[in-house]
Amino acid sequence: MVLVYAEATNGEFKKVAHEVIVYGKQTADVLGTECHALVLGDAPGAEGLGKYGAAKVHRISSPHLEGFDAAVYTVAITEAAKQLGATVIVVPHNSTGKNITGRLAARLEAGSVAGANAVPMMKDGYFTVTKPVFSGKAFADVQVLTDVKVISLAGNSIPVTEAGGDAPVVELSVEPPAPKTKVINHQVATGRTPLPEAELVVSGGRGLKGPENWAVIEDLADALGATTACSRPVADSDWRPHHEHVGQTGVAIRPNLYIAAGISGAIQHLAGVNNSKTIVVINKDPDAPFFKAADYGVVGDLFDVLPRLTEAVKKYKGQ
Amino acid sequence: MKLLVCVSKTPETTTKIQLTSDGTEIDTTGVQYIMNPYDEWYALVRALELKEAAGGTVTILNVGPADNDPVIRKGLAIGADDAVRIDVTEEKDSLFTARQIAEFARGKDFDLILFGKETISYNGSEVGAMVAEFLDLPYVGDAIGLEVEGTQATVTRDIEGGDEVIEVQTPIALSAAKGMAEQRIPNMRGIMMAKRKPLEVVQAVDFPDTTRVASYQKPAEKGSVKLIEPDNMDELVRLLHEEAKVI
Repeated sequence: MVLVYAEATNGEFKKVAHEVIVYGKQTADVLGTECHALVLGDAPGAEGLGKYGAAKVHRISSPHLEGFDAAVYTVAITEAAKQLGATVIVVPHNSTGKNITGRLAARLEAGSVAGANAVPMMKDGYFTVTKPVFSGKAFADVQVLTDVKVISLAGNSIPVTEAGGDAPVVELSVEPPAPKTKVINHQVATGRTPLPEAELVVSGGRGLKGPENWAVIEDLADALGATTACSRPVADSDWRPHHEHVGQTGVAIRPNLYIAAGISGAIQHLAGVNNSKTIVVINKDPDAPFFKAADYGVVGDLFDVLPRLTEAVKKYKGQ
Repeated sequence: MKLLVCVSKTPETTTKIQLTSDGTEIDTTGVQYIMNPYDEWYALVRALELKEAAGGTVTILNVGPADNDPVIRKGLAIGADDAVRIDVTEEKDSLFTARQIAEFARGKDFDLILFGKETISYNGSEVGAMVAEFLDLPYVGDAIGLEVEGTQATVTRDIEGGDEVIEVQTPIALSAAKGMAEQRIPNMRGIMMAKRKPLEVVQAVDFPDTTRVASYQKPAEKGSVKLIEPDNMDELVRLLHEEAKVI
């Protein structure tokens, strides 16, 4: 059985949870088994996870699961996996997953693939999972050699489709230990979708000339409903916050659309964005290396081009 | 305070990744290596800042072959007190590496075990969490802030669209991300002193492989870029909608 940890984001099951279940179901199909979802703590709508492929939803309720603690969540998930006889455990490769994937693998002495971007396949007799390596400059086919396997799924790797109906929700008797960490503050900005989950991203580089000029990026992002990002020099100069930095030493992203304005396209930047489905590059230098990695290019002054593109998007959306 | 900073060796950030002709390995011809940036810029520098403020020692740990020694020496030049290399000559997976670190650290009373948030080679973000589990320590990944007062650590971690502040008693393990510290460039005195600092080599413990990379692929090459005139943004929007189907 494939056991998927379905994470509720601020009390709701969103894309992060739906993606891992769709992935878990496809993995279960490869292995000829079922996909079950695991929910930690109370969140409404758990039965709806059946629509994405969960045959059953197991829920563990405990006051110890209220704030996130990697060690406590690890015990809860591994105990559930043992009780249910799961052979594959799937978690999202987001901030939660990055805290628990390694712990799950160590606790179960299981082979793990962190940041997978494709459904596992049986190849040459081995359970094989593909993941990006070298920050997206290559992909590795990883054979998992242990009976129990742990996979974390990179965001935006798999299209979410709805198929079945609601799934039964059953309580699972697991008593996780008390956490040793205490969350004293939890802040999430409202508004734009967080960068790693964003499907549309508008990004600015040194060509913007200064933080005071960012309105042209923000306006386009607002028109599209996109998230804003930036290149490393921009973050290093404190023109924009660090968490907006995409690239090899920033966030690696794979949105459907990445629009880069005033970014030349150094190899370190490309590494973090070249798995985007469609790349649009706007640069006044026709020789900017980024054009070689782009699907669409506009050679021109971004201070002219971006407002025109924003108007065109508004016109299209208004139709 | 006794601090352990675990560091990896990775290809330099501008490296173009090439594969061997059968695609089973990375072609390392001409590849220049560095200390993994997250390990060096954030984990190591923050450890040094804490030591400078409160006293203590900073030990660097690497799991790998003797070829890694120049990278380890750079860490000593930046300011670590001593270093340990667990001698492993073959490429091994995360769980093997974590097991080596855990067996070395067990019983040595480190207050903090620091990692970079991921390597820029395998991008797993796993080893720190694995070590924490093996040693039964609390772990905080993607930390962007770390303050320590006595045995009380206050850690700020990156979460999607925000951050979270956590209080925890040491000993703990954590991984450091951008925002934790600023990169330090070693000076000549540091480089000279590094040559005399101890670099101990210890034997690895046995641990079975749990994963193996069978082959690599390069991303599909993009076709040639389609250029759109700057005064025709309606056309770009049409292409994004009708051809690329992304809006």
